[in-house]
Amino acid sequence: MLATSRTFEANARAGLANPTLQRALGMMRSGFPERRRVAVERLPEFEALRDIGKSIKDHTLEHLDFYLELFEENVLSSGGQVHWARTPEEARAAVLQICRSVDAKIVTKGKSMIAEEVGLNEYLEQNGIAPVETDLGEYIIQLRHEPPSHLIAPAIHLMKEQVADTFRAEHRSLDPGRSLVEARQLCDEARAVLRPRFLTADVGITGANFLVAETGSSIIVTNEGNGDLTQTLPRVHIVMTSLEKLVPTLEDATTLLRLLARSATGQEFSSYTTVSTGPRRPGDLDGPEQYHVVLLDNGRSALLGGEFQDMLRCIRCAACMNHCPVYAAVGGHAYGWVYSGPMGAVLTPSLLGLAEAGHLPNASTFCGQCESVCPVKIPLPKMMRHWRERQFAEKLNPPVYRSGLSLWAWAARRPALYHALVELASRVLGWLGSGRGRFRTLPLANGWTAVRDLPAPEGRSFQSLWAERQKSGVKH
Amino acid sequence: MSEAREQILAGIRRSLNRGRLDAAHETALRERVAAHRRNLVPARAAALDDPGRIDLFIAMAEEVQATVTRVGSSAAVPEEIARYLAAENLPAEVVLAPDSTLADLPWDERPLLRTRRGRAQAGDAVSLTPCVAAIAKAGTLMLISGAETPTTLNFLPDTHIVVLRADQVVAAYEDGWDRLRTHGETPRTINFITGPSRTGDIEQRIELGAHGPRRLHIILIDDRRNVGDGESRCRSGVICCCGAKPCGA
Repeated sequence: MLATSRTFEANARAGLANPTLQRALGMMRSGFPERRRVAVERLPEFEALRDIGKSIKDHTLEHLDFYLELFEENVLSSGGQVHWARTPEEARAAVLQICRSVDAKIVTKGKSMIAEEVGLNEYLEQNGIAPVETDLGEYIIQLRHEPPSHLIAPAIHLMKEQVADTFRAEHRSLDPGRSLVEARQLCDEARAVLRPRFLTADVGITGANFLVAETGSSIIVTNEGNGDLTQTLPRVHIVMTSLEKLVPTLEDATTLLRLLARSATGQEFSSYTTVSTGPRRPGDLDGPEQYHVVLLDNGRSALLGGEFQDMLRCIRCAACMNHCPVYAAVGGHAYGWVYSGPMGAVLTPSLLGLAEAGHLPNASTFCGQCESVCPVKIPLPKMMRHWRERQFAEKLNPPVYRSGLSLWAWAARRPALYHALVELASRVLGWLGSGRGRFRTLPLANGWTAVRDLPAPEGRSFQSLWAERQKSGVKH
Repeated sequence: MSEAREQILAGIRRSLNRGRLDAAHETALRERVAAHRRNLVPARAAALDDPGRIDLFIAMAEEVQATVTRVGSSAAVPEEIARYLAAENLPAEVVLAPDSTLADLPWDERPLLRTRRGRAQAGDAVSLTPCVAAIAKAGTLMLISGAETPTTLNFLPDTHIVVLRADQVVAAYEDGWDRLRTHGETPRTINFITGPSRTGDIEQRIELGAHGPRRLHIILIDDRRNVGDGESRCRSGVICCCGAKPCGA
């Protein structure tokens, strides 16, 4: 898909001005965070599990080459195949080649962020293969030709009336007079429309929440059961995944599964957790005849060993965006690509480059909620700060911003001058604003005053009060 | 693609600032994998005795909208299925997993219940399968694929009925892995099933029966002696054949 991260500011403004989106986001604010809180309170070991989850991922990343080879060895010995892909192009080509080899016409898809990352649907369509998304949210946005706006609830930006309109426009063979008022009716219609697709698909593509080196397995976690129908009914099962999904053992995967559902939807465990290993065995009555794992790098291996390695621990639970005040205000589409919220603000620049996605690490108040709820303790604000530093170092910010920051830095490195300037500015502003106590407009500060008043400084600066306190020997 | 493989592995080693791990290091890692070391297992279920664990399983399964009925012996399963299907106003037709434990049940006592053995086909309404374990702490069933246990039975029909023996209820997933490893090679599919299919994709409202089964019914065969002494209670609230009192009785 074409990224629009470059126009984040305009995207965000559009999101803020969209009343339907604001209604949908309002529902999210009260939903996921509250359910997560209840689920976490029910499990006294949750905090300890976060530390263990982090150390499992760190251990795997430190030995990623070894575990990838072990994973491949076990996929092969269970009769499956691994396709290594350095780039999105290689991943797409691998999928197309497999589809062509079985003369596939219809491909069903479980939810896969990697498939989104490589733009798989568009590519398959261009090559005469019809991809059918089967996760309800993904199906809705596929019909609407929209990207997902959330990691685990891709259609969270929509209200049910919009879904009803989409179904009416797309399901034209159904009775136009039918009722589509309740979510129940919409679910039933999607179930009925998609069932024949499941049964006729030649290839089923799923993502993977985890890969297990010990057994050569892929694990998917779903609530709908669509992933299981996708990977059980067709002749071929393709897993679209990336390097960092790997864990050493089933026990390690179990620890992360305990964190995943609670952090994501606030469930104890999702309805379906499925471990797949190779194709159907001799004597099996169902299951795919072929099992392929497409393993995407796309810049991830380059993040190892550097300041962004921690990002590779991410298990894609969406807790960070569910708790982010910026995401909750502007919605996922503002981020302009596949990944949104705080994890997207860190990951997108490393996949698309800072020139394209430089706005995203700046779209944060640094409130720290994302890091405090992250099940694997990724220091998201710290990494956004790293991106901001690189952005400055690479001269990617606008000239006015850069010269302003340079000026401030020049003064800040001269404490005597800095304190004198602050003291002077606060006195002048205090005097100017003494009547109303606040400013409606102020030169150089219209970013602030455009949406709210600026309080006028009262009395002296913190620094001078502090210095005085220290001198008078007050203990704190 | 092998060029991609070599480049990716080399890239990883370059980023980690080292070459391939030496043999001793690799052996240590292989031992770590083979040890199947458990990480922290939450205490919720571990401390419980058998009846407590089974009660926890039932409570957790019902919390996620599964229904559970206890029966006193496997011979009572066909009767319970007939009762359940009638109560839910479902057709008296069941596709059975071609599994020997299910084949041995007294189906001829229920001549009106039509049964077929095999994988699920489009249009099948009700399936019956065994399972390998149930995880008490989350109300989760563990099923595996095999020649006698096709996976389609777990997902295609609208109603999935699972036969569970009391001695299959374990505390944690890790106990499930241990049981699985006694079965030999890893099966193609391992399904952990926690309640019926659901979605929250439309305005975050939970609707059951998104693509998988709309109903999940668990028949728990509990032939331990103390069942029926008033200590164990049937949580489903129906009159059941094990003699346990319904909830609130």
